[in-house]
Amino acid sequence: MQILSSIRLPAKLENLYKFMNSVSQCAKGQGFTQKRINEIELALEEALVNIFKYAYQDNNGDVEITCFIDNGERFTIDIIDSGIPFNMLSYKEPDLTSDISGREIGGLGVFIMKKLIDNIQYSRENEKNISRFVILKK
Amino acid sequence: MDISKRKEKNIMVISVKGRMDAVTSPEFEKDLTDLITEGEKTFIINFSKLEYISSAGLRSILSAAKQLKEKQGKILFAELHGSVQEVFKIAGFYSIFQAFDTEEAAIKQL
Repeated sequence: MQILSSIRLPAKLENLYKFMNSVSQCAKGQGFTQKRINEIELALEEALVNIFKYAYQDNNGDVEITCFIDNGERFTIDIIDSGIPFNMLSYKEPDLTSDISGREIGGLGVFIMKKLIDNIQYSRENEKNISRFVILKK
Repeated sequence: MDISKRKEKNIMVISVKGRMDAVTSPEFEKDLTDLITEGEKTFIINFSKLEYISSAGLRSILSAAKQLKEKQGKILFAELHGSVQEVFKIAGFYSIFQAFDTEEAAIKQL
């Protein structure tokens, strides 16, 4: 496992761009296309916004993001927080068929995230939530 | 994000440049809500210069659309491209909104 970057900052919206830049730089260094980097950024925003909103309730806490290369080919992003146990992958899928009045936005962010990333895993270890994006180089 | 507005007859044409994400989208939502409160009912949103949209952007669009629906208003989209088009597709927004290749085509529709 080769670590490419690591960033740890308070779980606050004002830090969103710092997290995103850190990961984008890594993805760029790995030769991903701008289109793919855009998709990675988007999936990351959706994951982070969820954590900012729910992980720490009214308390303060950090998010740590580590980018690394696994098995020489898998670009991997670990998004770690120490908030309440919380698996965003378990959200139910949004209803995409109802009209404007019935349409709800809840769950849409996670749905978009799942569509853009090949492989997302969740685990709870040592009181921490770990969401892992595994992105194949194509 | 930059938002520019112009009025063409009774249509508000809103052009959005840059990114509609969790940081910037509240500004878009506020602008539209203010215009709707002032009585504007017909909107064309031109996304030709929008490079990025996340679910936060979709949320603000949906919020404006819901307010407009209550007032029998209308919101159309024009010139979506690239990742914005892709996100609209994933989110199933094409089944609730009309989108046109050009602003002129959207105006003609009204």
